[in-house]
Amino acid sequence: MLDGVRSGAAAATASAGSMVSRDWTQKYGLLILAVLLLLVLPLSLGVFRLGLAAKYLSLAFCAVGIVLIWGYGGILSLGQGVFFGLGSYMMAMFLKLESTSADSSAQALSSFFGSNLPDFMVWNSVEMLPWWWEPFHSVWFTLPAILLLPPLLAFMLAYANFRKRVGGVYFSIITLSLSAIMSIVIIGQQGVTGGVNGINDFRTFLGINLDTDEAKRGMYFITCGLLLLCVAAGSFILRSRLGKVLVAIRDREDRVRFSGYDPALFKAFIFAVAALFSSIGGAMFTVQVGLASPSLVGIQPSVEMVIYAAVGGRLSLIGAVYGAVLVGSAKTFFSENFVQYWLYFVGGLFIFVVMLLPDGLAGLLGRVRARLAVKRAPTSAPTQPERPIGETGIAK
Amino acid sequence: MNLDMLAMQAFTGLSIFTMLMLMALGLAIVFGLMGVINMAHGELMAMGAYCSYGTALLFEKYFPGLMDVYLFVGIALAFVVTSIFGYLLERGLIRFLYRRPLDTLLATWGVSLVLQQFYRQFINAKEVEVPTVSWLHGAWQISEGVSFSLSRIFIIGLAILTAALVYLLLFRTRWGMRIRAVTQNRQMAGAAGINTTKVDAYTFALGCGLAGIAGSSFTMLASTGPTTGQQYIVDTFITVVFGGVESLLGTIFSAFIIGQMESWFEYVMSGSMARASILLLVIVVLYFRPNGLFATKVRR
Amino acid sequence: MSELILSVEDLTVSFDGFKAVDGLNFYVEKDELRCVIGPNGAGKTTLLDMICGKTKPSAGAVRFKNYNLLNMIEYQITRVGVGRKFQTPSVYEDLTVFENLEISDPRKRGILGSLFFKREQDLLGKIDQVAAQIFLAEVLRHKAGRLSHGQKQWLEIGMLLMQDPELLLLDEPVAGMSAREREQTAELLNRISKGRSIVVIEHDMAFVRLIAHKVTVLHQGKLLAEGSMDQVQSDERVIDVYLGH
Repeated sequence: MLDGVRSGAAAATASAGSMVSRDWTQKYGLLILAVLLLLVLPLSLGVFRLGLAAKYLSLAFCAVGIVLIWGYGGILSLGQGVFFGLGSYMMAMFLKLESTSADSSAQALSSFFGSNLPDFMVWNSVEMLPWWWEPFHSVWFTLPAILLLPPLLAFMLAYANFRKRVGGVYFSIITLSLSAIMSIVIIGQQGVTGGVNGINDFRTFLGINLDTDEAKRGMYFITCGLLLLCVAAGSFILRSRLGKVLVAIRDREDRVRFSGYDPALFKAFIFAVAALFSSIGGAMFTVQVGLASPSLVGIQPSVEMVIYAAVGGRLSLIGAVYGAVLVGSAKTFFSENFVQYWLYFVGGLFIFVVMLLPDGLAGLLGRVRARLAVKRAPTSAPTQPERPIGETGIAK
Repeated sequence: MNLDMLAMQAFTGLSIFTMLMLMALGLAIVFGLMGVINMAHGELMAMGAYCSYGTALLFEKYFPGLMDVYLFVGIALAFVVTSIFGYLLERGLIRFLYRRPLDTLLATWGVSLVLQQFYRQFINAKEVEVPTVSWLHGAWQISEGVSFSLSRIFIIGLAILTAALVYLLLFRTRWGMRIRAVTQNRQMAGAAGINTTKVDAYTFALGCGLAGIAGSSFTMLASTGPTTGQQYIVDTFITVVFGGVESLLGTIFSAFIIGQMESWFEYVMSGSMARASILLLVIVVLYFRPNGLFATKVRR
Repeated sequence: MSELILSVEDLTVSFDGFKAVDGLNFYVEKDELRCVIGPNGAGKTTLLDMICGKTKPSAGAVRFKNYNLLNMIEYQITRVGVGRKFQTPSVYEDLTVFENLEISDPRKRGILGSLFFKREQDLLGKIDQVAAQIFLAEVLRHKAGRLSHGQKQWLEIGMLLMQDPELLLLDEPVAGMSAREREQTAELLNRISKGRSIVVIEHDMAFVRLIAHKVTVLHQGKLLAEGSMDQVQSDERVIDVYLGH
């Protein structure tokens, strides 16, 4: 009897169960994605298209983060653009300072200003490099800042709010406001941020010329590598106990307190992780596209990032990547051919996905898989029964 | 700062307050009473504005002698058109998403995008201006340094009138009672014979209609374009949330406070920094009072 | 006179002017199984809410062992050894029975701990043991959402057991259960009360009789009577207010 009981728990562990379930498409999903990104795309696309793919892959970082916080954490953030923007602008500041110090015309003026000033500052009659630009001269500051600053801010913001039990909708509106604020401030302070045009016109990264084809290919591979790393990290988190607690918080936050956990801590943590991913995405975006712009920081782009995750499937990390690339490609397609239909498409997509496909393409795939599995083995292993198991008590 | 400036600032504050209140009332009803987050609220305001625009064009062409009254027709038309649209939206989309507020948010965001493009494609990609009726031209000159724009005075009046009507509707009519019953206890209201689906549709339509009125009246102050709605949405949400979602009175107070803040902030700093500061300030206040300033004590 | 594990003194709370609990004194000894009964609205659930941190009282004191629970919030109270089971079964529907139990284990409740949590053998053993106690050994792999009402109640008790609390607060543990299930639950509670203190809110008098060491009757937020089941059932005031059919 004891053996039977022991095997119960052991058997239960064998199937890690619940939502991140094992199945060949999931087990090899990451591998398939890796092959697609690292082999298939580079071999079949020219440099220009590869660059476009790289652009959408940078946005995919945000989508992956959104899957973590929304699908599994129940937090709908409409402000991932803030963290994307932080990473993007920090990288841009570094690159701009680097290219300015190499720029002869800036050097000529530097004796007058005291240091090399980026061109847009000169055009805006800014006389001195703001103090908060200074540290970005150094790559040893910039890279760690990109990895540490946004998650730290995200954690503090989220923990402060969740400790106070700020509800889901309120928090979403707060994130919405923050992306609006950041966009307003960037555009308004154009002297020190480049304003609505953003920061652009930088050529090199640590001396490496960014305009060459090799550089572009190299950056593509780095982006893919980092993205796959993020997906793997997200997967690890979800499969750990932390992931289970997160799902419990999503479904029954109050109850989780009585299991001895501090939900605010867990929610803030996963929010910080998503911020980290978005920041990396932003930095890679800037390096590849050569631009940091407020048009990727405000409300519109932040909400658009949610649709990438929704299309892919809010419960699927890998789906988020496909979602971002698919929607991104659609955007390119529309902007090249039918400019005026893009908003109809994306608006319709929001409505369609929310109403008819709430689990996105990944959910669709799951349903197809289940249908095929039933067809393949109608009489073999018992499928889990739909009705509740066990003695049904006399109704209350 | 002399008395004149004080008067002007106060007036500006009052004007912004009433505008915010007009914008936020519709949203407060929909969000506060029904728990529905309508991200297309701004575009509904734009719809109302375009109705005014259309009415003005119509009158200019066919009833030039009656131009002076086109404003009233425009506002009435805006209300009717936006409430009908709201009714259809509720029946076609919102009612499927009642227990999923975050999904409603996303779906209505989709609607807002579609509307924006619709405006851009079928009305005008550029901003359009609406002619002011002759009797609202200019300002009321109180003294040499103080003049109150007549259009703004009209809007203040309209906003107060609308708020009063909404209050009467909600608290003094049978329909209002039904609405409040359904929002407070849906099951009981249904068991008492109230047609909850009808009430939902009409409440949502009312909220949208109010947005239409707001948008239509704002044409007197600014031009309207496809992205005008986007500019209003954050402020409107913030006003509602700041005041406490459950409380319409809270929304009104919140609009007042934010209106005054905006007036004074803009006096001191540039427009964009003023806006950013106010949003930030509201977020900070929300940290201390997560349910808004005037939230009733939540029974736990 | 056994040691007190929980002392509630002068506890008061009002909701919008209605005094749900009014100057209540309530003491629980170690290893005691106390049943709290009373008509609806007597304040029983509210009492538990205030002990476990769900509601803040307007006056009074709650001491558990050496802790002043009123200064603590829910997860802290849980961590010092108070376990709460709710009136409607609250289990994590999307997780399996196994995962529900596992998550309730008090080990590693922080970020790093839960991120790098490795299942040790003794945890598996503990889960097996508890699952057997709550009659759910056969359904460990099933999602909690698919259990019957009664099984969910048991699962919730099991989750509490995993937490190893010294004080269990159970709110109507047998509501909606069949007669047979009630018997099993009574047996379960009697077993687990060894070495723990339990407070049970219940309406089923037969069930209360099976398990209670002592019974407390609440009425309109105040203590009406206290004693053994026999004493309470023959108390005039109690009959008037509650049991008198």
